Amino acid sequence: MKLSGWGRFPQADCEVFRPGDEAAVRARVLSGATVIARGAGRAYGDAALNPEATLLSDRLDRILAFDPKTGVMIAEAGVMLSDIVELWTPRGWFPPVTPGTRFVTLGGMVASDVHGKNHHAHGAFSRHVEWLDLMLADGSVVRCSPAKDAELFWATCGGMGLTGFILRLAFRMTPIESPWIRQTTFRAESLAETLHLFEAHQASTYSVSWIDCLARGARQGRSLVYLGEHATAAEAPGRAPPKPRPRRLPVDLPGIALNPLSVSLFNELYYRRGKPGVAFTPIEPYFYPLDSILDWNRAYGARGFMQHQGVIPKPAASAALKTMLSLISAHGVCSPLAVLKLLGPEAGPLSFPMEGYTLAVDFPVSEASLVLMRELDAVVVDHGGRIYLTKDARTARSSLTGYRLDAFAEVRDRVDPDRRFRSLQSERLGL
Amino acid sequence: MTPRQGSVLILGARSDIGRAIAAAFAREGRPILLAARNAAALEADATDLGLRYGVSASTVECDVLSADPAAFFEALPELPAVVVSVVGYMGDQTVSERDPKAAEVVIASNFTGPALLLGEAAERMAGAGGGAIIGVSSVAGDRGRRSNYVYGSAKAGLTAFLSGLRHRFAGTNVFVMTVKPGFVNTRMTEGMKLPGPLTAQPAEVAEAIVRGLRKGREVIYVRPVWRVIMTIIRCLPEPVFKKMKV
Repeated sequence: MKLSGWGRFPQADCEVFRPGDEAAVRARVLSGATVIARGAGRAYGDAALNPEATLLSDRLDRILAFDPKTGVMIAEAGVMLSDIVELWTPRGWFPPVTPGTRFVTLGGMVASDVHGKNHHAHGAFSRHVEWLDLMLADGSVVRCSPAKDAELFWATCGGMGLTGFILRLAFRMTPIESPWIRQTTFRAESLAETLHLFEAHQASTYSVSWIDCLARGARQGRSLVYLGEHATAAEAPGRAPPKPRPRRLPVDLPGIALNPLSVSLFNELYYRRGKPGVAFTPIEPYFYPLDSILDWNRAYGARGFMQHQGVIPKPAASAALKTMLSLISAHGVCSPLAVLKLLGPEAGPLSFPMEGYTLAVDFPVSEASLVLMRELDAVVVDHGGRIYLTKDARTARSSLTGYRLDAFAEVRDRVDPDRRFRSLQSERLGL
Repeated sequence: MTPRQGSVLILGARSDIGRAIAAAFAREGRPILLAARNAAALEADATDLGLRYGVSASTVECDVLSADPAAFFEALPELPAVVVSVVGYMGDQTVSERDPKAAEVVIASNFTGPALLLGEAAERMAGAGGGAIIGVSSVAGDRGRRSNYVYGSAKAGLTAFLSGLRHRFAGTNVFVMTVKPGFVNTRMTEGMKLPGPLTAQPAEVAEAIVRGLRKGREVIYVRPVWRVIMTIIRCLPEPVFKKMKV
């Protein structure tokens, strides 16, 4: 079956399996073929592609327990975050960390060690996981946690499925008083202003910015910065928030839809449209603006797109970001979707976040884009930063200097010496 | 008259379609009873339904090949308002052709077993407060064809049985629905190359059933195109049909 990541590039013909229970997973793991787990397929590149055997977790989708006193949920790895958000928000509970789309699985969230708009305050998803059950290459199942088999736990969080098949996990939800977000919007007219706003508002629970990556000169790095808090019961609007009604993109847009003129025009309008001030917004538009169009990845056409996401440590961030934004605006062809965010530190050997700024930008698949992305890699790496594997479809091993690859390899040597668990990405990067 | 509330019993609850139907009815706030072989292994599914939708969900052992319909329903804590059979087993046509015992299992799994259980349920519903019988049959039963007629004929039997039940209980408070899903993306069809536009997801089948029950629709083809396809297939004269490679 032809599979790809969210960017629809690259594509690979994969043998797909959909195990319904632990025994079925074991049968696949011990079958002789190499394997990789696949959740909702929202990694952008080839992290969840293995032509020999790709194991979908969609049948392992049972919620096993929930303790309303502690907020701890135990669930199989195939449970969708979107179901948890839909069913538990009205009950006063929210995921401790949520990525920019809710259409991901819990297992995927662990394997990518996802970060959210609250990373600077609350860390990545792994910080809120109590334990996880992992099936290893020999078919045995190990329960690991920060207190037990900690090395394996931290290698699995962000480990892109390469330590084993995540079967189930326990994690802590966050209590909320209302299903509304108190959003504060700022318009920043330059990169310096944007960075200053992040520094000044580190006490804000949630923060993120939409950045105009085509703006030049004095306007380079201009952005709309969105801060957020879960609204208290007292301040929240009394009514229930409207239910999200996502739409579909019925066709692949033609390649010329996103060109330098249309994108800079969009950016100009979007920047002006941002209303500084405070407003109450429901959960979905604040956390998942793109989920409102279910298959927005078709906007880039059939050839697909790639995302570049790197993080630069704070001291070097301003200079590095200026260089990257100049490279992007000179190139001219990107998407209007560009995000800048302040992140905090993470400890795992393959965990992406570091205390610094992350910039995420989409590019259509083309030779010119590949060249540009290599240049962006160089800027990130030269300034001591990292490239996010969950978004990656084309980087090289030489760009992974920011990770503790030796520590990761040690764990792999112990639990998967024959490298039964592998993906097209791990092959490409020699992980 | 279709029951607006009351519990739902699902025979064949382990299957992909069975799980989707359980979720769809649980979402409506109905208590759910999951019936299958080795029912203990469905406890996690029952717990999941309770946690997600706040409904009471439990399991009961049922092997359609050996169940005594009267004893089975007698042993239930109460008569459900809705009884769904999604039990289905395609088997292997070439094996069924060679081995009568294998063919018997296909026929019993798809026709005899479910039909007798649904019939018993209907009898009891007629004597009590009414209810709904939902049988998941198949388009394969609309006309026997060379590639799967052992399975197809068993489904044809189920379809006729449901039609007879519907006729018998017409005008009463027992509602009988026949569901013909067409191709569905499930474990039963794993490995088959199914054409995209004709293939439904289990959740679609479940939605069609819940909506159909609400509207009192008696015969459902989940994707409407299948009604057109099967009408044509049924109308083809024998000399023409015999030449087709289906």
